[in-house]
Amino acid sequence: MSAENIISSKNLCFSYEQGKEILKEINIDIKRGEFTALLGHNGSGKSTFARLTNAILVPTKGSMNVFGMDTSDEGKLYDIRQNVGMVFQNPDNQIVAAVVEEDVAFGLENTGVPPAEIRERVDEALKAVGMYEYRDHSPGMLSGGQKQRIAIAGIIAMRPECIVLDEPTAMLDPAGRKDVMRTIRMLGERYGITVVLITHYMDEAVRADRVIVIDEGKPILDGTPKQVFSHVDILKKTGLDVPQVTELVHKLNRYGFDLDPQILTEEECAAALAFVLKEGKS
Amino acid sequence: MSILKTENLTYIYGSGTPFERKAVDDVSLEIEKGGITGVIGHTGSGKSTLIQHFNGLLKPSSGKIFLDGKDIWENGKIMPGLRFRVGLVFQYPEYQIFEDTVYKDIAYGPKNMKLNDAEIKNRVLEAADLFGIGREMLNRSPFELSGGQKRRVAIAGVMAMKPEVIIFDEPAAGLDPRGRRSVFEIIKSYCRSSGCTVIVVSHSMEDMAGLADRIIVMNRGRLFCHDRTPEVFSKADQISAMGLDVPQITKVFELLRKENIIFKDEVYTVDHAVKMILEYLAEKGGDSGC
Amino acid sequence: MLKDITIDQYFPGKSIVHRLDARFKIIITMIFIVMIFAADTIWSLMTGIAFMLLSYALTALKPSLMVKSLKPVVPVLVITAVLNMFFFEGEEIFRFAFISITDEGVKNAVFMLLRVVSLIVGSSVLTYTTSPVELTGAMEKLLSPLKIFKFPVHELAMMMTISLRFIPTLIEETEKIISAQKARGADFENGSLKERAAAIVPVLVPLFISAFRRAEELALAMECRCYRGGEGRTRMKQLKTGPADIASLVVSFFFLAAVFFIDRKMK
Repeated sequence: MSAENIISSKNLCFSYEQGKEILKEINIDIKRGEFTALLGHNGSGKSTFARLTNAILVPTKGSMNVFGMDTSDEGKLYDIRQNVGMVFQNPDNQIVAAVVEEDVAFGLENTGVPPAEIRERVDEALKAVGMYEYRDHSPGMLSGGQKQRIAIAGIIAMRPECIVLDEPTAMLDPAGRKDVMRTIRMLGERYGITVVLITHYMDEAVRADRVIVIDEGKPILDGTPKQVFSHVDILKKTGLDVPQVTELVHKLNRYGFDLDPQILTEEECAAALAFVLKEGKS
Repeated sequence: MSILKTENLTYIYGSGTPFERKAVDDVSLEIEKGGITGVIGHTGSGKSTLIQHFNGLLKPSSGKIFLDGKDIWENGKIMPGLRFRVGLVFQYPEYQIFEDTVYKDIAYGPKNMKLNDAEIKNRVLEAADLFGIGREMLNRSPFELSGGQKRRVAIAGVMAMKPEVIIFDEPAAGLDPRGRRSVFEIIKSYCRSSGCTVIVVSHSMEDMAGLADRIIVMNRGRLFCHDRTPEVFSKADQISAMGLDVPQITKVFELLRKENIIFKDEVYTVDHAVKMILEYLAEKGGDSGC
Repeated sequence: MLKDITIDQYFPGKSIVHRLDARFKIIITMIFIVMIFAADTIWSLMTGIAFMLLSYALTALKPSLMVKSLKPVVPVLVITAVLNMFFFEGEEIFRFAFISITDEGVKNAVFMLLRVVSLIVGSSVLTYTTSPVELTGAMEKLLSPLKIFKFPVHELAMMMTISLRFIPTLIEETEKIISAQKARGADFENGSLKERAAAIVPVLVPLFISAFRRAEELALAMECRCYRGGEGRTRMKQLKTGPADIASLVVSFFFLAAVFFIDRKMK
């Protein structure tokens, strides 16, 4: 394992029951500071991979190394979990305490951090996700997006090297999704935290540094968003979406246009189209 | 002909408490018989509160609701059988499944209608077929099914009541793209084959683009607009100012308009976009652009 | 509807009572309960009530809230009063058919009524000014000596915390399920007792399933956040004992002594 790779799986296989492999011979390395999106439809095995990164599950074959620790080593369990924080899909079912700040403190209390330091780190984490004013609220009164930011604050407070988010926006409305995505991007930019985002929304994967597409327990595409989303046909076949503009370009190119297949944003698309359409006019 | 009509419908939450809030504020609208009407708005826009009035789950604080011309709260009492005529599929409907077999769960609504056994059976089988729920699945426990399958069972349970109007609250919430597409396809084909009036509540303009014939936009408890889908998309600017997402494709054509490249139609789906671009070039007399 | 049931009786504030250490508040409340039960004469009971009114005044909460705490127990109050009125021997002051009311009976009824009312108002001083979270923490601390008998103090406190967190969520969920089943034609209002009992099944089954699913997911999330029981755990909020806590404890002991003294004198 090179010093750069903080998560590294080698020929990793996983199955709940014999004969039904959910993950097949996976070799994925994730570099420090990288923002990686794992894209796949339900049942593709992407959430299972997430659970292997912090030793909730251990490989049935092959190995998973996190910060040089083998996740099968039970003695390292808490070191691993402290370094790989995890945020889940349902915002309601991961908040433990009846007061926001108490919940953010939960992980720190578990690991025996001194009270004064907990206070400091909780306040900092709440400010980072923009929820400091809500510190003495009951989580029940908050929106889904706010609850999810509280869950992220609870992880930030533990100062992990890496955060794995398992479909954190699947149950949120557009406004909540935007807030959470902004918070996720901030994790990398401000704190240098390595982010692994599990999602089936391509518009979220587009914002990552690297996209890995998983289908039937195997990575089938791996690269920058531009590289990955230009494979419109493969993505559509696995039941995933591509950005509308990428799809438009792909379809127009079938009619003999010569547009850049790596177009991802509406601005790029509008500029390319404007050029062609004005040409056509002349 | 309108099937549902509201007149100055207002609903106040927590009336008389410090938390008093107008969730629906003076909404008057008419929903045409047949076809799919989308209801969009951000969280707290009043869209969910509005639709819960259509089948009498909520009673308006003031104003009236008519089904087929009849006041549903005439003399202050709910119209008998209203909930069988206006079906409502809630968000995450799989969480209301309770019977030990798929068959029994789909049969729950029809049984409440006091239909005879033969008719119940007919309806369950019909709804199951429509949703691709195989006969072998009917005797299985619904709790063994996958998330997407459970959702189809739950929706079939409301469909089996054969309501004249059926309302879906975020039917695709939490599903992956494939699941979303399949739910929307089922809704579309059901609407076409049954002639039933369908109302779909959603956050997503993109989902509505390929689905709805008409769209109701709610904003802060008020009716912002109610019009044919293309006309609603022509107000994309105002809609995105409300905090709703408009599809990428609409934004692209907005940008093109700023470049003085004007198309005759509103563009909000990819296929339509391709068609419009090809026509544009053909009209300008250019070749296909290469 | 269900939401109107106030689970959380806490009214945030900055009064001296709010700021007292929750452990002391619990102990003082217990002293107060002893006062009320020990009081045998109207004078000593009045002393206890004076203590309660003084504490209530210090909370700076609206007096109307006192009434609010009593509302749910009105039936209990009425029954207590009525029973006491009828079952005491003494000089008859009123008679209707076989019912007779005596002067002793009335005296006792008033006495019992005052006792129960002050108990309720007195303990609401505690719950109004102390958040459930603080209460749980204080209980855990107060009970911690029991750990030597292998009593699961931490686990109990954790269970209380989680219940406080999830009761509102489950209430909301119940409302949603009820609406959904109503939309499928469920009738909860009409029918025989048996039919109505059967109508609850479609609500209870999904509710239980959902509660179990939540429990499972919560357990997983707790594990991911390094939860491993009470061993080696710290708390962010430390309960601090200040001069005000000691002073209030002394004051309440003074009132307790006064109650005993007055009782002895008046007998």
